[in-house]
Amino acid sequence: MKKLVAVILTLVLALSVAACAAPATEEPATTEGTEAPATTEGTEAPAEGTEAPAIKVGFIMLHDENSTYDLNFINAAKEACATLGIPESNYVIKTNVPEGQECYNTAAELADAGCNIIFADSFGHEDYMIQAAKEFPDVQFCHATGTKAHTEGLANYHNAFAAIYEGRFLAGIAAGMKLNAMIEAGEFKAEEAKIGYVGAFTYAEVISGYTSFFLGARSVCPTATMEVTFTGSWYDETAEKEGAQKLIQNGCKLISQHADSMGAPTACETAGVPDVSYNGSTQDACPNTYIISSRIDWAPYYEYAITACMNGEAIDADWTGTLATGSVKLTDLNTNVAAPGTQEAIDAAIAKLENGELKVFDTATFTVEGKTLDSCMADVDTDADYTPDTEVIENGAFMESKFRSAPYFQLNIDGITLLDQKF
Amino acid sequence: MNKQSLFHIAKRGTLPWYISAAIRGCAILFALIVCALVTMFMTGENPISIYGTIFHGAFGTVRKTWVTFQNLAVLLGISLAVTPAFKMRFWNIGAEGQVLIGCLATAACMICLGDKLPNGLLILIMIVAAIAAGALWGFLPAFFKARWNTNETLFTLMMNYIATQLAAYYIIVWEVPKGAGKIGIINQNTNAGWLPQIAGKQYLLTILVVAVMTVLTYIYLKYSKHGYEIAVVGESQRTASYAGIKVERVIIRTMVLSGAMCGLMGLLLTAGTDHTLTTTIVGGRGFTAVMVSWMAKFNPIMMIFTSLLLVVLSRGASEISSVFGLNHSFADILTGIILFFIIGSEFFINYKVSLRKAGKKEA
Repeated sequence: MKKLVAVILTLVLALSVAACAAPATEEPATTEGTEAPATTEGTEAPAEGTEAPAIKVGFIMLHDENSTYDLNFINAAKEACATLGIPESNYVIKTNVPEGQECYNTAAELADAGCNIIFADSFGHEDYMIQAAKEFPDVQFCHATGTKAHTEGLANYHNAFAAIYEGRFLAGIAAGMKLNAMIEAGEFKAEEAKIGYVGAFTYAEVISGYTSFFLGARSVCPTATMEVTFTGSWYDETAEKEGAQKLIQNGCKLISQHADSMGAPTACETAGVPDVSYNGSTQDACPNTYIISSRIDWAPYYEYAITACMNGEAIDADWTGTLATGSVKLTDLNTNVAAPGTQEAIDAAIAKLENGELKVFDTATFTVEGKTLDSCMADVDTDADYTPDTEVIENGAFMESKFRSAPYFQLNIDGITLLDQKF
Repeated sequence: MNKQSLFHIAKRGTLPWYISAAIRGCAILFALIVCALVTMFMTGENPISIYGTIFHGAFGTVRKTWVTFQNLAVLLGISLAVTPAFKMRFWNIGAEGQVLIGCLATAACMICLGDKLPNGLLILIMIVAAIAAGALWGFLPAFFKARWNTNETLFTLMMNYIATQLAAYYIIVWEVPKGAGKIGIINQNTNAGWLPQIAGKQYLLTILVVAVMTVLTYIYLKYSKHGYEIAVVGESQRTASYAGIKVERVIIRTMVLSGAMCGLMGLLLTAGTDHTLTTTIVGGRGFTAVMVSWMAKFNPIMMIFTSLLLVVLSRGASEISSVFGLNHSFADILTGIILFFIIGSEFFINYKVSLRKAGKKEA
């Protein structure tokens, strides 16, 4: 009897499986059939009409909006497409694309899907974008932060970066003025004005960033020194937090960072130590310690490259955004924390940077092992042996981002102590 | 009287195949229904179009299909590699490290010998190096287990960290440009040490190698003397000893085989498709493989389907996140629900659940 009931029950279940499985398997098939052409029509229809530009854009992002770094790119992508009147059906944002074969696969899939121009946002995507660029010569591939476009010689592969060292320098001025204000208030002596910096890797982009930040701070607070620690990751909230705490314990009076999590800013807020942020404002989370943030705005580059692609014009192999192009931005000065007169000092420095009176890496403002530099060979053409190949000091200044967009400043200047260099 | 629970759970005998198949079918059906409900409540999207998108993400174009089969091949290959050890009841959760050390050995050969040797010889050395590295990573925990009865779960797990840190160290040694913490594509211009493409198809070689591995593993486990010994050791080590099987030898031999197969997968990853080394190149597949192997009951042929299910879900997931603008986590939720039901269904296949009848209370 029991067996009979069991058999009947299973039969009923099996039948319901069959009954439900049939539509379940069929319906995706029919939606496949009807939807696929519908979406391609959707993308082609505005192309045929003249209202929307006849272009399809693909964006490849390493993470999603939870990373401040990628969020900055995602916002810029949406903003640029909105400015150029590209409807949502004509651009695709692929998030969480790792720096491996998946990047090539994703780029190739975007090209298959009819994208005319494809952007990638992370340094490790570069080689896979080159691989895709070789396979799809009619599609433009643009890679942010890469170093190889100027030597690769591909007409459809391009790098871009921004002169963010200028933004760092300006943020450094805000930091230096804050140090001065704290010295005046008697919080510590002038020779104790030590800055702490949480970096990711001992990579040129990071070195260029903290050096320009330090030079900015020292330009207003001459006794400033700096300690730098490295986390070995672009995003490691715990390591960044612990790095900031270590620096604060070492007696650093002000913290800044080049890594993508909220680790350092929140450590500063807890300890009550002022912080200069990166990639965007952290004022909401850290209202009592956040001073200012510098960031790269990628929208001008996106607009430039997409417009060039639409018009069939060549895109620069190596494009450097500046203060003038609107690529280097300072975000939200927090007047509750910053020293009075900071905005005016920054505005004055911007004017001098723009008319060429002020140079961030002026060789008169720093020494390396006690000597002022009059010559420096940098590894501008990337190779496995890091061969120095280009003279980068001209007219008394280290010409950052001139010979290629990605930073190549890799000197350890006096006044900055590296606590660990294992990464 | 009150102490009696409402349900009575008893171990079942072996069910006829059609009933267990029906139970599994129901589990998948229920999983899809729950996923549909969750989708509707949380996003307001039509669940059918979500499933349609998953299918499109995996098989929508020729290229997507190739990539799906490449992913399938990698996951299946690693799953095959862990299976002999699992069948022996040796809890090897070190596949991640065994594959990674294979990748590291391959990358080392490609970088250090890339322009010094003819390509054929280089590839031969790479094959030997990758398999030897993986085999070593399998041998160490097995040797300690056989000799001193150490805990293989912890041991294999710890070996993963050693492999990851070694890879991290060499990535910094070989990074380009300086300080970047990335190797990038190795020998991109010379293609030295790249495994050859078959018929111009990038991923065909990996797929073919894994297809052959599947058949060989099936034969090895089912028809060879070694396979029989593995099964006996898995059932009972004492019985095996009594039957004259040298248990220690079987454990070491099987783990070396598992590790070697993982090393081979590392070779296919680094020299066949990705052409790089990162600490995350295996991407957790060494752990997912454990699930694939268990869900398939250690049957290599069934593993094709379980790994296909997981690969299609994960490929579909990334499509969902871009088409519907949903976070990647949403796809993980769907995968989790489906796995929960599939694994849960095993409970109903192994155990019988019945309501206690009122009349029985007196008994």
